[in-house]
Amino acid sequence: MEGQLQRDLARVFRAEWGKVLASLVRSMRDFELAEDALQEAIVEAATAWSRPGAWPAEPAGWLYRVARRRMIDHVRRRENFRRKEPEIVSTILGDGAASTTGHEHEDHLPDERLRLIFTCCHPALAVEARIALTLHTLGGLKTPAIARAFLVPEATVAQRLVRAKRKIKLAGIPYEVPSREQWPERLGAVLTTLYLIFNEGYLASDGGELLRVALCEEAIRLARVVVQLAPHDAETKGLLALLVLHHSRAAARTDAAGHLITLEDQDRSRWDRTLIDEGTMILDDALAEKAPGPYQLQAAISALHAAAPDYASTDWPQICFLYQRLHHLSPSPVVELNALVALSYAEGPETALPGLRRLEHDGALANYLPLQAALADCYRRSGAREAARIAYQRARDRAENDVQRAFFQRRLAALEG
Amino acid sequence: MKYICLIYADETQIPVPDSPAFSQMMSAYEAFNDEVRAAGVLVAGEPLEDTPTASTVSVRGGERIVTDGPFAETKEQLGGFYILDCRDLDEALDYAAKIPTATVGRVEVRPLMVLPGA
Repeated sequence: MEGQLQRDLARVFRAEWGKVLASLVRSMRDFELAEDALQEAIVEAATAWSRPGAWPAEPAGWLYRVARRRMIDHVRRRENFRRKEPEIVSTILGDGAASTTGHEHEDHLPDERLRLIFTCCHPALAVEARIALTLHTLGGLKTPAIARAFLVPEATVAQRLVRAKRKIKLAGIPYEVPSREQWPERLGAVLTTLYLIFNEGYLASDGGELLRVALCEEAIRLARVVVQLAPHDAETKGLLALLVLHHSRAAARTDAAGHLITLEDQDRSRWDRTLIDEGTMILDDALAEKAPGPYQLQAAISALHAAAPDYASTDWPQICFLYQRLHHLSPSPVVELNALVALSYAEGPETALPGLRRLEHDGALANYLPLQAALADCYRRSGAREAARIAYQRARDRAENDVQRAFFQRRLAALEG
Repeated sequence: MKYICLIYADETQIPVPDSPAFSQMMSAYEAFNDEVRAAGVLVAGEPLEDTPTASTVSVRGGERIVTDGPFAETKEQLGGFYILDCRDLDEALDYAAKIPTATVGRVEVRPLMVLPGA
């Protein structure tokens, strides 16, 4: 019973943190003050809610009301309060018509999270700061958890957060949903941040496995929030679809020893069908907005993989076409590489090899393992064993961690065996 | 909030007077000045002479040292500034992006420090 209560409390605090904080920041324009006050309200709630029948109908409203009172207390205690008192109290009280109704259990908190996420992901903040701030304020992740997930010292994360909050305050970064003209650029920054949070959990193969899965799930949760707040934005839905589809393969991506398993070798029965269905549905919904973009294209590629019963029967021509469109929209050597890999399956490894060799010579991907792996695979499949062996060795020697090294070592062994 | 927009560009790339490119740049700046003046955000704004005209002074242990040239030798040099009184950073960045030199150089936007009691 006790344990259940603790879990319920933790779940609610986690789920409501961003929403309550967004409203608190709005009323005071002060991240630090809002966080401290919310933390205190949570401590208070842990006691107050554990009494029988005391669980509030609107937990977010309860937390907001109590935290707001704490903010007023804090401001009152400040030395220079006397001078600014009337102004500040009216700032705090002015916005919250709902909380003066007296219906303690009915006040419904308006959702201000869109302001919060646009502020946290403002392009004037460094990307690392955006990531930390978004996870911290919107996701309610504490500094140590963020530090562990990104394999950086706690002090680094703490400093990033302090600097970012300081810049928001001093440089006058607005706490607002951007105007129509700025919307695409600003939303782009939000989506990039969520994508990077997800990738951090998805790509890195060292560090705490559980935390990394949590990072992926947090990115998806935040993407859902943004979709809910901006329901007609095609690329936002495209990103959510992409993340959900990627995440559907989470259980099949590593073996029992934690080794990475490539798409080709994954046990497709371990893919999460519920997530695949959901991701595909979100993608259809996104495409219906008729505003194609890079995230939707990537999601479409992921959906084609998800729909294939096995690697060989994947719709490679279609994937190749989608990668080419993606390359056209947002050119990058990585996308070009992926297009070439798809081409190698659609039309044979010999067709793709000239392009792969050119990419290798261009040098932009010189230390990019997937290029070495693709080259090696294409050599192997076209029967050029010696070239394949050299390419696999090169990939193994450039591997960044044991999991990757072991992967290429197995490929080498299979080639020679 | 007051922001200073520091305009940096490679001064060897800036059009020379009496060239068509120069008069084009000047009319672009006139249009920008008109816009910020009409919007009521212009506090100050001046172009600077080029860095060969700069002198740098420092005082160490009571001794004054004057050297020729700018404080830092960089690829892009400070060529002018605006001080704009804007609602927030977004508005300041919108105006900064309209400064004609932004298309060839860079504009650094910094809030002016608000001193306590000011």
